[in-house]
Amino acid sequence: MSGLIQLAYFGVAVVFILGLKAMSSPVTARKGIVWAGYAMIAATLVTFYTPGMQNYGLMITAIALGGAIAWWSGKVVKMTDMPQMVAIYNGMGGGAAAAIAALEFARGANHGVVASALAVLGALIGSVAFSGSCIAFAKLQGIMTKAWRLPQQNMVNIGLAGLAVVLGLAIIFAGTPPSALVILFFLVALALGAILTSPIGGADMPVVISLLNAFTGLAVGFEGYVLGNPALIVAGIVVGASGTLLTQLMAKAMNRPIRNVIFTPITGAAAGGGEAIEGTMKELSALDAASVMRYASKVVIVPGYGMAVAGAQHKVWEMAQLLEEGGVEVVFAIHPVAGRMPGHMNVLLAEAGVPYDKIFDMEEINSDFPQVDVALVIGANDVVNPVARTDKSSPIYGMPILNVDMAHNVIVVKRGQGAGYSGIENALFFKDNCRMLYGSAQQIIGEVITHVKALEV
Amino acid sequence: MEGFGAIYIFMLAAFTGYEVISRVPVILHTPLMSGSNFVHGVVLVGAMVVLGEADPADPVQLAIGFVAVFLGAANAAGGYVVTERMLAMFKSKTGGAQ
Repeated sequence: MSGLIQLAYFGVAVVFILGLKAMSSPVTARKGIVWAGYAMIAATLVTFYTPGMQNYGLMITAIALGGAIAWWSGKVVKMTDMPQMVAIYNGMGGGAAAAIAALEFARGANHGVVASALAVLGALIGSVAFSGSCIAFAKLQGIMTKAWRLPQQNMVNIGLAGLAVVLGLAIIFAGTPPSALVILFFLVALALGAILTSPIGGADMPVVISLLNAFTGLAVGFEGYVLGNPALIVAGIVVGASGTLLTQLMAKAMNRPIRNVIFTPITGAAAGGGEAIEGTMKELSALDAASVMRYASKVVIVPGYGMAVAGAQHKVWEMAQLLEEGGVEVVFAIHPVAGRMPGHMNVLLAEAGVPYDKIFDMEEINSDFPQVDVALVIGANDVVNPVARTDKSSPIYGMPILNVDMAHNVIVVKRGQGAGYSGIENALFFKDNCRMLYGSAQQIIGEVITHVKALEV
Repeated sequence: MEGFGAIYIFMLAAFTGYEVISRVPVILHTPLMSGSNFVHGVVLVGAMVVLGEADPADPVQLAIGFVAVFLGAANAAGGYVVTERMLAMFKSKTGGAQ
């Protein structure tokens, strides 16, 4: 029986890798995840036949309860809220890995120094991923609105990490560790995750979520070693490595080294040092916006998270189609980290039905902006801030941006005059060729549509 | 599975992970993050094993094991649902527009 189970786990690991591989193209991606889904069911079913297992009632209850709650919440969540759901499910995986280690300690199951060390390491990383992901979720969900920073934040982080390592070593060498020691270790590890994550601003959050995802993968891999389960090792380490690569790619897209994301987060306070921005913001009406765009030959729409939260992607696409009927060329330009995660905006536009060939990456479109009549920025802020090109003292200096400020006209749809998500003042808004169109994207684009229609007759 | 055998597995899995996703286009990064999130949901299997081996007379062990299985199941189910939903958005246009 045991041999058959191991064989099944091997097959599952292979399918997981092929499933992830299938994600390199939109054509095969969905099939890949469906295969991986079957593999997961198979892995769960064969595990029931592991010799010598008990507590089946409790096990089935936990699976049914956890699975049902997550399934339901995943089904009802809005596409705009995806990043925080990914964060919270990831945190649960980290929590599960940590709980596996906790149970091994509680049982006094000692598999030797190497296994104990990996159990402790997995517990530490899993706990950090768990509490860190909970904070990430709370921030993106808007439950936690303030980024709080302790005085001497980095010293506290290093101190907590050091303490966790010392407690971890004590557990490894205790053989059967006293429960007080184990509890203290987990409390310190959980606090470390929360304190590391809480000062990190929203703009950096995707990188953090990706990093925590990689962490959970590693934790799962290490606990897999402790349990002698190769499926956990392979799946965990594959995710750990791919997550690390993904984190690097994202950090590169934002020109924010991972080290800076964690140790010098962008916050409103940190942004204070930049050069003063001169000029005033000039407002424009929905009617003017409609006529500027209606009589333009090329309009580039730059969607941001503001559009997404307002749920305005359908309205925006409706407006784009209307303009196209009037002979205006309309395309979408997407910054690699538009939305809350790389590729998040592509998902949202795909939801609204915008065809792929109208969507351009930053590299593809950036040189075109000087020939563009109107750049319509909807709820995007930091990704179009020219300060990133010009002001060396700005925290976002060096981040690649969409060069919308080079278009003949820029219209910025925004709810109010406040600074963006990162808390950095946007120099674009004060430029001569820029006009502000205040209002919620959903409602104001609706008004623009009405005016565009009126212009047709 | 002792010592060096495990190190080989760790190393090969790490290379595999790196290679497998290195050619994923930016438009699929969010589903990929979510999909890899789903894959580490296999932690559920480990959680089931430790709960299965827990002492049925010890409520502390049972409680920790229950939490482990609950969280693992939520990771797997939630990760699957959101990934599948996101990828379904790309489905309809893959034939023509690309």
